[in-house]
Amino acid sequence: MTVVADVLSIDDALAQFDPVMGLEVHVELNTLSKMFCGCPTEFGAPPNTQTCPVCLGLPGALPVVNARAVESAIKIGLALNCEIAEWCRFARKNYFYPDMPKNFQTSQYDEPIAFNGWTEVVVDGETYRIEIERAHMEEDTGKSTHVGGATGRIHGASHSLVDYNRAGIPLIEIVTKTIEVPPAKAAAVARAYVSMLRDLLLALDVSDVRMDQGSLRCDANVSLKPSGSSQLGTRTETKNVNSFRSVERAITYEITRQAAVLVAGGKILQETRHWHEDTGVTTSGREKSDADDYRYFPEPDLVPVAPAREWVEEIRATLPEAPPVKRLRLQTEWGFTDLEMRDVVNGGVQTLIEQTVALGVAPAAAKKWWLGELARAANEAGKDVDALGVGPAEIAEVQRLVEAGALNDKLAREVFDGLVKSEGTVTEIIEARGLALVSDDSALQEAIDRAIAANPDVVEKVNSGKPAAAGALIGAVMKDMRGQADAAKVRELLNATLGI
Amino acid sequence: MPSITREEVAHLARLARIELTEDELDHLAPQLEQIIGLVAQVSEVAAEDIPPTSHALPITNVMRADVNVPCLTPEQALSGAPAAEEQRFRVPRILTEEA
Amino acid sequence: MSDLTRKTAVELSELMSSGQASSVEITQAHLDRIGATDGAVHAFLHVDTEGALAQAADVDARRAAGDELGPLAGVPLALKDVLTQDGVPTTAGSKILEGWKPPYDSTVVKRLKAAGIVILGKTNMDEFAMGSSTENSAYGTTHNPWDLNRIPGGSGGGSSAAISAYQAPLAIGTDTGGSIRQPAAFTGTVGVKPTYGGTSRYGLIALASSLDTPGPCARTTLDAALLHEVIAGYDPMDSTSINQPVPAVVDAARRGDVTGLRIGVVKELGGEGYQPGVEARFHEAVELLTKLGAEVVEVSCPHFQYALPAYYLILPSEASSNLAKFDAMRFGLRVGDDGENDAEKVMSLTREAGFGPEVKRRIMLGTHALSSGYYDAYYGQAQKVRTLIARDFAAAYEHVDVLVSPSTPTTAFAIGDRVNDPIAMYKNDLCTIPSNLAGNAAASFPVGLADEDGLPVGFHVMAPVMRDDLCYLVGAALESAYADQWGGVLMSKAPELEVTR
Repeated sequence: MTVVADVLSIDDALAQFDPVMGLEVHVELNTLSKMFCGCPTEFGAPPNTQTCPVCLGLPGALPVVNARAVESAIKIGLALNCEIAEWCRFARKNYFYPDMPKNFQTSQYDEPIAFNGWTEVVVDGETYRIEIERAHMEEDTGKSTHVGGATGRIHGASHSLVDYNRAGIPLIEIVTKTIEVPPAKAAAVARAYVSMLRDLLLALDVSDVRMDQGSLRCDANVSLKPSGSSQLGTRTETKNVNSFRSVERAITYEITRQAAVLVAGGKILQETRHWHEDTGVTTSGREKSDADDYRYFPEPDLVPVAPAREWVEEIRATLPEAPPVKRLRLQTEWGFTDLEMRDVVNGGVQTLIEQTVALGVAPAAAKKWWLGELARAANEAGKDVDALGVGPAEIAEVQRLVEAGALNDKLAREVFDGLVKSEGTVTEIIEARGLALVSDDSALQEAIDRAIAANPDVVEKVNSGKPAAAGALIGAVMKDMRGQADAAKVRELLNATLGI
Repeated sequence: MPSITREEVAHLARLARIELTEDELDHLAPQLEQIIGLVAQVSEVAAEDIPPTSHALPITNVMRADVNVPCLTPEQALSGAPAAEEQRFRVPRILTEEA
Repeated sequence: MSDLTRKTAVELSELMSSGQASSVEITQAHLDRIGATDGAVHAFLHVDTEGALAQAADVDARRAAGDELGPLAGVPLALKDVLTQDGVPTTAGSKILEGWKPPYDSTVVKRLKAAGIVILGKTNMDEFAMGSSTENSAYGTTHNPWDLNRIPGGSGGGSSAAISAYQAPLAIGTDTGGSIRQPAAFTGTVGVKPTYGGTSRYGLIALASSLDTPGPCARTTLDAALLHEVIAGYDPMDSTSINQPVPAVVDAARRGDVTGLRIGVVKELGGEGYQPGVEARFHEAVELLTKLGAEVVEVSCPHFQYALPAYYLILPSEASSNLAKFDAMRFGLRVGDDGENDAEKVMSLTREAGFGPEVKRRIMLGTHALSSGYYDAYYGQAQKVRTLIARDFAAAYEHVDVLVSPSTPTTAFAIGDRVNDPIAMYKNDLCTIPSNLAGNAAASFPVGLADEDGLPVGFHVMAPVMRDDLCYLVGAALESAYADQWGGVLMSKAPELEVTR
């Protein structure tokens, strides 16, 4: 179907070119009702059960702005150090598309509610400043299912089915200015930015920020210029970048693809490209052309929004602490070293650890699970760590069982494996997989007796004054118990049996 | 020089998703040119420092509380659909990805 | 009791409250009248016989039960087909909506129903309210009951024809550039465009969102005022709705006293291009108002001459976007869905087949005016002219209470006369458009017949924002003075329609 373009290695690409990036992040707000009508915004409801004349774009219907969405937009703007417009309007962005009920998107054009902001991200201990161009309010579209094609994709489909439940859900689009960082850091900085945004939006309580459910979506603009040059190249806009790791992967891919084209003497087309999570490539979507004439004009059905300064200041007073401040505070509270904290931030698990600690788990244990077992599982599954199906609540439950001696680390890992594979709750998985530690002394004693009988040479060594040799017996008992025994308990019983 | 050419009219028709016939294109170009001649009179007004009016009245900050109100039933929502399938609106195949 | 159709809404209400007639009888009489005359007039696109009689029976039952009912409960009304009514076909005069039954009531319809007003059916109009004659309706032209060879005005020609043909005592219109007032002038009836935002647009199929205004049509000023009071008032479903009490229109219509009222005659709305008979009746009416105690002065509104070009940029721009939703995906007509054509092609084929020539013209014009490279020169500049027109009004209202002009430059023209000359058609609305651009209240009242053709002439009153009552004050003063001269309202001079069975 798609011809995969040749790519350069990232090292070769960066040896010759400097990447220039811009990121557009769409955030679905967690309001109860839609941007312009009272329909619910629940994810996963049966198709077309959350619609009304307004969000279906029926003739005659009119929009009315959701006050909480405006408040959330202001919150986000303030948290990104933006100026908040004293007066701004909505505008219609006119283009035809079947999942857009009115064939225009009610958005903001040259008068965004928030503009001229900045934020910072940390990558490998270095802080990078990211300038924010604007944050504006708009509405989401419906969702199409493509029928009849081989893969459920748009190509080869015979027709499509549209569900308008999502149409009209409030979106905030956050647009960065051009991001220029040391070339080797570009993709990682982009990922760190999106990850930081996720943490920030969660802290603001304005969005669920579930990339796997599309409540945070990222478009990446990438262009290359010859190393050290100031001559800007043609940029592409990569869409469908729907996980933190794919932000980094997609940008890296696009750098290597564009570099290969340029090195071969080709030209970069100004186009929309689509990221494919499964194959790890971007493919050509649609060339930008004069058909992209959106004929913006002020939305006559909505009146201007002029947030009173008192309201803005009230909102500012409710903002949670800034991410860098919070990071330092958490590091102190958790007693992590700089290096440990850097790993936590780079791994995108700071908020997860925070939530886990809040459930009573020791910071070190929370870090051990999130950065160890679950980061590894996420990597294997090709998912973001927060999309694994294991949350802070599960970690806390498992950790409690470990501390109570009902599970050991090995069994805990098996529980997590079961959770990732959607086998049920923690209790159900322990039950189904038979993972409980054997705490019955007589069963353990039997296993110890078997080990002693089977390893007379080891017993001989122990008896001849080499107690360290007993370790081999413990290993044999654990093997016999298929790991489902508390090693400390085994050692205690064994020592008693052997009289040492 | 005409204020609008046949080619421009054809381009506008594509933008507006109207499959005009050749005959219509022939008629519309001169008609639109005539109308554009009329409306272009707005340029006679010196209005450089005049603020534009997008709304008839100067109302601001009309917002509603974030509460849910009853939706249409799916049956009502789909009642006018030219085609429906699996409680969704059935539409012809879509060739281009979203803008 | 066929004379029930000759009664005003106020008279019908009295008959019902005194028990001399039921709403069912009254409704049936009007349905019969529609049956007998609409073959010739073609005011209605859909007559909801069953629904109307059920509504009427409900009002009768409530009256019998002693419920407190509004002044217009049980009175029949004709509804312009641009307002949604739950489950009743709504086409906006377009093929693209043929057979569409909206799943919801517009706010206007909700309020009509709540007031117990009986909706007889949906009236003809120019497609999507684009036109001044109803000749742009996809379902045929409505004929003027004063002369069946002439147009009844537009876009709300169906509503004005229905009341002037005694098919209904009341009707609802919508006014974007004159679509209530121009048909009222052409049919010798009363038509009021309330202050923009004074009546809700929720459920009004949008032509130009910043201009559209629903309003009342009737044969008398008081009937119009009573209807105005029913439909007006703040609606949280329309963001542009004004959150203030409804102006005291009924009181003004009852009072009709213009003593001391300062009236400004707009210098620019007259002279060349105005029919002599129209100007003659207009000036007589101005003199009459002077005699009744008003102070009349001449006022200049220098930017009104640019209202028409500005309007024909703003309206098509908004309309091109408002009409984008008619795309064959969720409702309405679908053409060319053969399994091969893609969505974009089906949209384009449907819009080609479903829209008439005037609608296509305006969509193209609006698409052009909004496109990059033209926006500032066209749409942007038109919005600045809009500001200047509003300032002309504001300056005038510093010296006068209301402004007046003829409602239209001419009387009703012959069917077919201006079909091929869009610009001549557009010029019908010269006097009415400025009030839509500025959002103020305005109305047309009948002031006699033009000498040269014996057709009705309308007198146009423009009042400041939320001073709709002043329009009614002037209208009622004229109506009662002319009643003394004519022995009734102007409509009583209308020729009898031939009745068919």
